[in-house]
Amino acid sequence: MKKIFLYTLCIFMVTNIAAQETILPALPQNETIALTNATIHVGNGQVINNGTVVFKNGKITEVGAAVSAAGAKVIDCKGKHIYPGLILTASQLGLVEVPSNRATVDGSEIGEMNPSIRSLVAYNTDSKVTNTLRTNGILLANVIPAGGIISGSSSVVQLDAWNWEDAAYKTEVAIHFRMPSLLNRRGGRGGGFGGQQAPADPVKTGLEQIEKVKVFFREAKAYLAESKHENTNLKFEAVRNLFDKKQKLFIHCNIVKEMLLAVDFVKEFGFDVVLVGAVDSWQIADLLKQNNIAVILNQLHDLPTMIDDDIDQPFKTPFLLQKAGVLFTINDDDGNTRYRNLPFNAGTAASYGLSKEEALSSITLNAATILGIADKTGSIETGKDANMVVSEGDILDMRTNIITNAFIQGRQIDLNNKQKQLAEKYETKYGIK
Amino acid sequence: MQKIKLLLMLLMLSGISPLVNAQATFQVNDVANPKDGHYAFTNANIVKDAQTTVQNGTLIIRQGKIVAVGNNISIPKDAVIIDCRGKFIYPAFIDIYTDYGIIAANTAQQNITSAAAFFRTQQLTSGTKGAYGWNQAIKSETEAHKIFSGDDPKAKALRDIGFGSVLTHQKDGIARGSGAFVTLADQPDNFVILKDKASAHYSFSKGSSSQSYPGSMMGMIALLRQNYLDAQWDNSNPITEGVNLSLKSWNDNQLLPQIFEANDKWNDLRADKIGDEFGVQYIIKGGGNEYQRIKEMAETKASFILSLNYPAAMDADDPNDLRFVGLDDLKHWELAPSNPAAFEKAGINFCLTTADLANPTEFMANLRKAIEYGLTEQKALDALTKAPATMLGMYDKIGSLDAGKIANFLITSGPVFAEKTVLLQNWTQGIKNAVKDENWYDVKGIYNLMTNTIGGARAFSLELKDAGVASFISKDTLTGKYSFDGKLVKLSYTEGRGPNAKETILSGAAAGNVWNGRGSDAQGNVFTWTATFDKKMEPKADSVRAKQPLVLGKVTYPFLSNGWEEMPKAESFLIKNATVWTSEKDGKLENADVWVKDGKIAAVGKNLADPTARVIDGTGKHVTAGIIDEHSHIAAASINEGGQSVTAEVRIADNLNPDDMNIYRQLSGGVTSSHILHGSANTIGGQTQLIKLRWGANDQDLKFAGADGFIKFALGENVKRSSSTQGNTRFPDTRMGVDQVLMDAFQRATDYQHAWKAADENNKKKGATPITVRRDLELDALVEIMNKKRFITCHSYVQSEINAAMKVGDKFGFTFNTFTHILEGYKVADKMKAHGAHASTFSDWWNYKMEVVDAIPYNAYIMHKVGLNVAINSDDAEMARRLNQEAAKSVKYGGMSEEDAWKMITINPAKMLHIDNKVGSIKVGKDADLVVWSDNPLSIYAKAEKTMVDGIIYFDRDKDAAMRIQNKNEKARLIQKLTIAKRTATPGAAGAAGGRGARPRFEIINTCSDHYHSHGLLGIDADDVENNN
Repeated sequence: MKKIFLYTLCIFMVTNIAAQETILPALPQNETIALTNATIHVGNGQVINNGTVVFKNGKITEVGAAVSAAGAKVIDCKGKHIYPGLILTASQLGLVEVPSNRATVDGSEIGEMNPSIRSLVAYNTDSKVTNTLRTNGILLANVIPAGGIISGSSSVVQLDAWNWEDAAYKTEVAIHFRMPSLLNRRGGRGGGFGGQQAPADPVKTGLEQIEKVKVFFREAKAYLAESKHENTNLKFEAVRNLFDKKQKLFIHCNIVKEMLLAVDFVKEFGFDVVLVGAVDSWQIADLLKQNNIAVILNQLHDLPTMIDDDIDQPFKTPFLLQKAGVLFTINDDDGNTRYRNLPFNAGTAASYGLSKEEALSSITLNAATILGIADKTGSIETGKDANMVVSEGDILDMRTNIITNAFIQGRQIDLNNKQKQLAEKYETKYGIK
Repeated sequence: MQKIKLLLMLLMLSGISPLVNAQATFQVNDVANPKDGHYAFTNANIVKDAQTTVQNGTLIIRQGKIVAVGNNISIPKDAVIIDCRGKFIYPAFIDIYTDYGIIAANTAQQNITSAAAFFRTQQLTSGTKGAYGWNQAIKSETEAHKIFSGDDPKAKALRDIGFGSVLTHQKDGIARGSGAFVTLADQPDNFVILKDKASAHYSFSKGSSSQSYPGSMMGMIALLRQNYLDAQWDNSNPITEGVNLSLKSWNDNQLLPQIFEANDKWNDLRADKIGDEFGVQYIIKGGGNEYQRIKEMAETKASFILSLNYPAAMDADDPNDLRFVGLDDLKHWELAPSNPAAFEKAGINFCLTTADLANPTEFMANLRKAIEYGLTEQKALDALTKAPATMLGMYDKIGSLDAGKIANFLITSGPVFAEKTVLLQNWTQGIKNAVKDENWYDVKGIYNLMTNTIGGARAFSLELKDAGVASFISKDTLTGKYSFDGKLVKLSYTEGRGPNAKETILSGAAAGNVWNGRGSDAQGNVFTWTATFDKKMEPKADSVRAKQPLVLGKVTYPFLSNGWEEMPKAESFLIKNATVWTSEKDGKLENADVWVKDGKIAAVGKNLADPTARVIDGTGKHVTAGIIDEHSHIAAASINEGGQSVTAEVRIADNLNPDDMNIYRQLSGGVTSSHILHGSANTIGGQTQLIKLRWGANDQDLKFAGADGFIKFALGENVKRSSSTQGNTRFPDTRMGVDQVLMDAFQRATDYQHAWKAADENNKKKGATPITVRRDLELDALVEIMNKKRFITCHSYVQSEINAAMKVGDKFGFTFNTFTHILEGYKVADKMKAHGAHASTFSDWWNYKMEVVDAIPYNAYIMHKVGLNVAINSDDAEMARRLNQEAAKSVKYGGMSEEDAWKMITINPAKMLHIDNKVGSIKVGKDADLVVWSDNPLSIYAKAEKTMVDGIIYFDRDKDAAMRIQNKNEKARLIQKLTIAKRTATPGAAGAAGGRGARPRFEIINTCSDHYHSHGLLGIDADDVENNN
């Protein structure tokens, strides 16, 4: 038996692991690089035709149409497009490897109130998924904990790292509050994959739980007002930055009643609130704008909420938010494709009302703004980190999203991945390479 | 003993029991008191049946039976005369769908849509002890008359609304045994059973069965089908079966009226179709939504049992809750009372039942509502008397007021369905049951009242009015009150006002037209009084306001948003000057025309002309063949029959569901044909059904005619139930076992085929003892596979299982036509090619379970490159709207040419489904299944603007925009109506039953239980329904 085990282990290593393991994080940028002759999509709505980007020591030093590449290593991008590295705003990348396999899932902790839980410490830089995202242009991801009502804090990671410390791009950007559903599900239907039993009166139960969260914050506020405590409360300590606005409150909710209650957290506690999910946000876009609440649209490629809704409602929600002036970002939390279709979600929004550059902003600069990292990334502007991808064509369209180069903080990263390697292996077997 | 039997037989033959008395065999603990219940009801309006009324007639009953009815009938001397002047007599109502007097089975286990038996420990054998059949849900052996015992409180509730007899059975199981026909008389059980075995019952509910199979609608249908065959076979007393009491009872019950509880319009059709296969015409118990497909109901030729259970009005005071209320639910709320009228109008025979009502007292109000919605009173009466009696073949004994029939009748104060009419008495088997006896005498009218007070006699003219209001008129008019309970009377009047008011109170007894009694005034002085009836009051002029005409929404096909009021018809079209992707050798044609005529592609080329055709300007647009989705789970009532490892007998075709919004949504993504597959719960799943997305068509018209039959197989994690939360007890638990399930199934099928061949040869020989072989629908399907009459599409992931499956095929001489999912197909593409398999895969799904950790988005490209015919499928109601984008991913992953990528969702799936001679490309003579796109169809920016099936535009983006407004307006109208209904509803009135919050309209979506779906906030995986119900 032991032998068999060893044997299987060996096979596993040869076929599956070894290949991916040779994809190494890149060394720090050691020479100035200029990407020339490209169409540069800045990320803020601007497009520079036939432009050049120069970056040095990981930072963009110059960008424009009349920029000199002198003294830099030139990468000619003629006919190509340069985009800011795409940002995945809410996923469990590196926490959940194979969702159906419990041992590989570090996604949800036990308990209702877990503000001190930190996703970063479980982030696995060696996830097989990560490299497949880079290949599609995604260079940064906000890794979020799930579970309970207050799930913990998320951190932004850059996708080319040896370990989670290297990966950390901005730590503990948000506390995640999963608002209980206020959908009147009486009649006992839950919903979703492995849905749970709905309580007898879900709205009443939901409201009670939301009140519990408010009580928690009230107690935290009082606790934090006093610096000396005989007994330290880690849960209260964990939300200090929320009150200081150094951290945001990401409220996961979907329907109007839930979103209206989310506004309470701005009004009572003065938090920076971001809604995650928010499928019905288009119905109260003006109220969201008034209250400065940003939105993360979790899954654009979704069926409409209601059977009677416009068949394309999820596709055009971004346009409706844009029109109302709501700050929003598009996410991809698809369980099957494992987040890599982010650009195509944005592309869909572009075919349903957004301009292509607005769609791009929704997965770059808007995302950076919402995550509080717009000072460092999200657009191709002087002084920001050189987080960029070069694509042969329109990055939002799957036919032309062919990434030839990618840079994280100026480091040119390896665009190989496990899947390319497997393809190559069998192309070799069949002689079709 | 002999004698008793003889007596009982005589009683049975006479069809009626003796009256009131103790049973002949029973001892008397008293002095014998024989009576023969001889009564004459005179001067009545006797409604003998819905067609015949005898004015001022006489009804004579004796010993529980009607002796004579009519005018000028001599009244026998020994009959008690009851004067029914002004009253009406009707045959008592009959309800043939009850479980009156039957102990309910424990149905806690009920799980009609239990695809999610998937995650549970399975029970593979029946839990019923005894020499019964293999399946716990087949309870043909149940005999209602043996478990019947009268329940007078329940009987009274039914008598009080006019019922006199009911058919009762135990509502448990798919086959429920026989029903008994009983009266509601408060008599010993021995006397009330009019017919012991009066009916046989079936349903689509497993009831108390805890056995895993069947776990789906199609499984239930397959089980019934197989049971018909097994019962026929059992008549030959096969040694291999032993004694099977369930099958024996099943056979015995076949001569009875066959009643099927279907409870929904599509289920009605499903039930009828089973009956058609075996020469059985069921009486169908409907669900109240039949008006939505009344033409199809008429086509069943069945008689129906209809309940009057209308949806309650939802609260309409919260727009954020109403946001989630479905237009179809609102429309049904409005239209449900029109169901009986729709049946009458369509000429369909039906009867009415109290079944499904929360409380029987709702019955009359709801019936009146049905009448308001167009049901005639005549038909209503027929549906409560003659129709049910006739359905049971008992109209010679009950159901009208004719001599010789059972004396079950109603005495009412007026026409039976009128709102003010009071049901006074309900006679069952010649025995009176008082309902509102106190209203027998209508005491309203003018009386001469004389009070003999100390101060002398005082005379009043006394007027008794509606609602207990009385006027005492002498010099002045004093107002007062009265009450009458049928015998005793109370009167009172007030003199003066405010604190000085003086009350005089009187009470007494009525003796015909003269009332006598005693009273007391405000000072306590007592006096006697007498009131004598003078005359009726002059009826007031009719002040009843004309009723508002009913404004009702229209029935649409399907009964959802965007449904058609009338189904569209094929037109001729000329699509001009477009980029035409032919999916043929011609490739892409620029500035080309496509001519559509009679549902077919008539020509493709330049400068085509047809003055009769509607021109579609294709300038700047792209035209393609409609997308074919090789792997879909939409438009079906159930998808997974996971009750066993081999369920080749189940058929998706048996349970198509045209009321699926996903048909419309997918048309909007350019899909025109979908292959509806069984799920992946077991190794050999069910037979699949290819459909065309004909939005609004019924279940039969959805089918793609003339296509080869397919069947779903599955390998790997799902069939070995790796995700089962409570462990797996069902073979197989490993891929080694999966291999053996296949080997065993095909070995059994091979032997079965030999057995039939041997039997056929033997039975041809003269004088040979005939050999009977049990027909096995599971093995029939497998034999079809081996004879290349049915083809496999096999859910598969990893290379070992794919390879092993093909070896089984090679051994038994068949090909795995298609491997679906096939995410490791790229590892064995050469072997698949040698075997002759097609591949239908996802573009970029991976890593969501262990068997897909090696899935790669280059899979389609590599298989294509090796020479396989490759398709991209959805297996997901959301993604099916974007199959064009999924195909486009092979341009990115592998660099496939755009035309080859496009073929993966058109001609390639057509080839693997053997329909490439009909669809899949733009070629003259093929079906006009076409899509007009706004852009290169592989682009993320492309939208399907028009989608055509058989030359009919089922989706048009411009029309869709108009429909959105129409849907919104209709919903607004209904919500307004709901608001008014809630405001004006009187408690207890029809449709007002209780307040309840607005109920979200969930969408139940079937899947193969394999992976994630983005089915929206209100989308519920069918697998989760059971868990949550």
